[in-house]
Amino acid sequence: MTALIGDELGPRGRRRVLVGSVVASLGVAALVVVAIQRFADRGQLDAEKWSILAEPAVVGFLLGGLANTVKAAAAGMVGAVTIGAVMALGRLSRNRPVRWLAASYVEFFRGFPLLLLILFSAFGLPRLGVRLPLFWYLVLGLAVYNSAVLAEIFRAGILSLDRGQREAAVAVGLTDGQAMRLVVLPQALRDVIPANVGLFIALLKDTSLGFFVQYEELLRRGQLTGNFDGNLLQALIAVAVMYIAVNMALSRVARRLEVRQRRRYGGSIEVKGGPEDLVAPETAARKENVGV
Amino acid sequence: MDIVLENFDRFVQGLTTTLSLTALSWVGAFVIGVAVASLRVGPIPPLRGAGAVYVEVVRNCPLTVLFVVFYFGFPSIGIILPKFASAVIILSVYTGAFVAETVRAGFNTVARGQVEAARTLGLSFAQMLGMVVLPQALRAVVGPLGSLLSALIRNSSIAFSISVIELTGTTFQIATETAEFIPVFVAAAVAYLLLTLPTGLVVGVIERRVAIKR
Repeated sequence: MTALIGDELGPRGRRRVLVGSVVASLGVAALVVVAIQRFADRGQLDAEKWSILAEPAVVGFLLGGLANTVKAAAAGMVGAVTIGAVMALGRLSRNRPVRWLAASYVEFFRGFPLLLLILFSAFGLPRLGVRLPLFWYLVLGLAVYNSAVLAEIFRAGILSLDRGQREAAVAVGLTDGQAMRLVVLPQALRDVIPANVGLFIALLKDTSLGFFVQYEELLRRGQLTGNFDGNLLQALIAVAVMYIAVNMALSRVARRLEVRQRRRYGGSIEVKGGPEDLVAPETAARKENVGV
Repeated sequence: MDIVLENFDRFVQGLTTTLSLTALSWVGAFVIGVAVASLRVGPIPPLRGAGAVYVEVVRNCPLTVLFVVFYFGFPSIGIILPKFASAVIILSVYTGAFVAETVRAGFNTVARGQVEAARTLGLSFAQMLGMVVLPQALRAVVGPLGSLLSALIRNSSIAFSISVIELTGTTFQIATETAEFIPVFVAAAVAYLLLTLPTGLVVGVIERRVAIKR
């Protein structure tokens, strides 16, 4: 919640806040000035260092890197959703060995760094005779690691669904499998859509680990173009800005989806700050009124 | 298996680097996180804004990008630091944004009456925050902070991008030297699990100990 801690200020408090604000603004402004000064002193603000970034060839190269990033993340996501769903069902299976296997898969792959997995995939697998294009080594690492995360998200989604849904399904004569497939899963999957968008953002960020295996995603391409044109710092800053812009946009989408779903299907709304929240508590309150 | 035993010392060395990287960065992240969370609920609008910008920028930027910008880009503006120090700074700054969000979520769990009572007693904003709100907020988010610590242990591997040879770097070096990928990587996986699993257990114990029962 963005709500401040504390209460309505009196005249003296307001004066102090005003003074504090002025001092803080000056401090922030001073920091910005020092930073700009530093850039200028070292010739890093030279127009040509930045204007190269706007040349069509460079823009195309970087956007191509972004496309590679999105491609790897999307392929990784598809793999992660597939394996993750299987593992989530495995963990909820009635069969003890299946449950145990799925649980160890999840615990094992969640426990160590994704980078280790990607290095193993890209450098270890070729020596073991598994030859794939570079892209797929990265995707494999991303998919396996994130499937363990997704399995937990799916499992939570299935478990959080009201028991009555499954019981009712069985009561009208559906088999266990049918109840899961026709009643439980559609609702559980719907509930975890926002979490999935959140995970996709994480995957986009994780794709930058492709940097380590020479996959030409956004970061690697930023480095290549920066080294080529002699404006490494500027190119890397451009890459960071691109990442931040894409991820912030996606975060907003995730948040919107969440609020919309909660509004439509009920459930509590976690207020996180941001303009979307303005509609959320109000609709939540309305929902409660209907209940009463 | 022999390969792992032969290189046991190097593994231990890598593990030690990972541990010190994690420990130092955690201290930094915690300080940054608590400070930024406090600024974001404080009465001064420009500081609230600065905190929000920091969190949004850092959370949406991949850790690898931060590493590369800081270590390969910043020397152009005269910021040149040793590898290990750079890694600690970047990991602190990155994890700090997540700690800030977690602590802020903790603030929301503190009952409004607590704040009102503190104000009634005449505590200043800083006193209220430090003596009343923060202690309760932190106790409420021990679990999520523990997850962040585990993530930090795993994220410290990305320091390899600037050639800090911690556990992942060591593993990669030994594996490429000996061409024995499977035993070496399994050993590394076990080593990481030896770090993350006990962390989870200890955090669980602390969480139960300090939980505020209502």
